[in-house]
Formats: sequence, structure tokens, C-alpha cells
Amino acid sequence: MEHHSNIVPWELISKIRRFTINYAKVNEDGTLNYEDFENKISSRTKLISLSHVSNFSGIINDVKRIGKVAHENGALMFVDGAQSVPHMPVDVRDLDADFMAFSGHKMLGPTGIGVLYGKKHMLEMMAPFQGGGEMIKDVVFNQKTGRIGIDWNDTPWKFEAGTPNICGSVALMEAIKYLENIGMSEILKYEKNLTEYAMKTMQNCCSKLLLYGTSDHSLKCGIMPFGIAGLSSHDIALFLDNYGIMIRSGFHCAQPLHQIFKLQSSARASFYIYNTRTEIDRFAGVLKEIEQF
Amino acid sequence: MVTVEDYVARIEETCGEEKGSVVTLKYNKKDEAIAKIIKKAKLKKSLSGIIFELEFQGISFRMFSSGKAIFKNVKNKESLHDLLAALLL
Repeated sequence: MEHHSNIVPWELISKIRRFTINYAKVNEDGTLNYEDFENKISSRTKLISLSHVSNFSGIINDVKRIGKVAHENGALMFVDGAQSVPHMPVDVRDLDADFMAFSGHKMLGPTGIGVLYGKKHMLEMMAPFQGGGEMIKDVVFNQKTGRIGIDWNDTPWKFEAGTPNICGSVALMEAIKYLENIGMSEILKYEKNLTEYAMKTMQNCCSKLLLYGTSDHSLKCGIMPFGIAGLSSHDIALFLDNYGIMIRSGFHCAQPLHQIFKLQSSARASFYIYNTRTEIDRFAGVLKEIEQF
Repeated sequence: MVTVEDYVARIEETCGEEKGSVVTLKYNKKDEAIAKIIKKAKLKKSLSGIIFELEFQGISFRMFSSGKAIFKNVKNKESLHDLLAALLL
């Protein structure tokens, strides 16, 4: 159920470090198959990497449960929080995530910046992955040996080589403050209400509507993959575009999940704090119109 | 000399097993281009003046009033370029 960004980098590095990747199954409704996942974790497992929330279906994974099994087997857990951190309260300590990543552009912040959280003792064990200014304490030339001796900076600076994205980090911080001021619990509640309303409204309006993934909105964030019988996702998106309604069409960087659902592609509506019920009414009205085509 | 590039801003591949191409017309030329396309191609159906299903040289495609068109089952980029040339020039 992963975004390509939680598949492709691991595939790349597995060729260099020569490790095997095992993929857990998903159920027919798009939820994670926890039994299969847990059965695949063993004492040989080094790292588990999973999304907190699916970017295709909006399904929220029980990462705490997976993390417990991972740690019992001596494995680490990396959580892709790109779709959860912007939409709900997330406590890395409560989840016991060893690492978590999220992106600025998914949470009212700028593109080109994100956050990688790591447990401090893990980060301190790790070597820098790139070199440059700021990530060192000393770079000393030894006159006798003709060699350079380098002393790394403290965490987190040892991972932040060169001039950082200052504008991006200031802007992301402002976005975080803005969201925290609203309250992450309030955001989650609002999105869940909107999603429930959208599901009902769309189902009432459109006879040819196909909703993908679980219909249990309690398991979901504000993401809704759908289709209309007889139309491609791109037809739907371009038609909505004429009404100033922007959705995503295609694979949404989750092609394996589309293979599992046997879908050529899908349309995806995603809701956030700036969307309203009135907009959903308008959206459903346009869907009703296009299904006449 | 007028070329396809005078009308077309960009061509992108859609994702999906049945790969298609989305042709985006240049904003300042889109009305002229749409008029030419609709005049030359056979209209199969349309809805609300927004979406038009058309056929030209045995190829079905969908044109949108926003200035985008989706072509499927066109052999390759060269064939699509030739088709666009026949439609637009």
C-alpha cells in the first residue's frame, strides 16, 4: 500500500547493500493485512518501513501495533508520516517510531523541505550521509602526515551539510504553528466529518460512482479514491478542472496498489482544513453531470 | 510557417496500463485550435460544452474546452505529432 517514495529508495539501496525486501499484503478493502505483516517479521528483519496513512486510500495504519512486533524481533521501524502528520495528532514517542519522515508541501508549507525524525541515540550512531560546511566541528590538516582529520558536529547538525534551506524551514515552521494553533485533533475531526459527508453525498448523487478501498470512514483520513463507470480518471479530472475543482488522476505514485485493485488508474479527491461541505455539494453535482457522458 | 508547436504547449503521458497522452494547447491559441479540431474531426458526443468525444483518421479522442485533449491508442509520439498536424494545420 506504499507510495513509490517508500518503495523505490529501498529497492535502490537493496542493490548496493544486498538485502532482501519483503512486502506485506493488503486486504481486498485496501486495509493492511496485519497477520501477513507480522508473519513476515522475524529475528532476521532489520527494518520495517510503512506509511502511517495510505496516500491512495487514506486508510490509517496501526503503526503502534507493527512497531511493537518489530521491536520484539529486534527490528527498527521507519514511518512515512507524509499523509498523517498534516492531518492528525502524531506522537512519535507513543508510536515508538525509530524514524519518521514528513513533507512540508503536504501541510501548507513550501515544497522542497521535509522533516526526518530519528531517535537521538540512533542518529548519534549514524555517520553523515553528505559532506560540506556546518556538519563538522574541525577539519584539521596534519603537517606531519599530510592528512586531514575530521571531527563531526553534534546531531542534528552533522546531517545538515552546507547552507540550509533557510526560507523553507522558516516557512515550514510557520505552517506548523498555524496548524497547531487550530489544533491537530480539531483538524482530524473536521476532516473525518468532511469525508463521511463526501462519501454519503457522492453515493447519493452518482449512480455510476465506484468508491475504492474501505467504506468504513472511521478507518480513514480525508482521502477518497473513486471512479465513474465508463470514464477514465483523466476524463473526470479534466471535466472537474473546468469548474475549478482540482483532483488527482492516475496512479498517485501508488502503482502496485492499483495492480492489486486491478485498476487502470483512479481519481482521488482529498480534503483539508480549507474545504467545506458547500464545496463537496458542488463537487458531487459536477460528478452527477459528468456521469451523463 | 505555422507549426504544431504554435498551438501545443506540451504533451504529457498519462499513467495507467492503457497509456495515453494529454495534449495541452497554448492558452492564447486554444480557442482557435479547438475550433479547427472540432471542424475537422467527427463529433461522436459532447456534454455541457466542456467535453467532446471526437474521431479523426480512425482515432477516438476526448477534447476539453479548457484546452486539453486526451489521446489513447496512438502508436508513438511521431504518430501523435502527425495526427495533431493534420488536425491543426
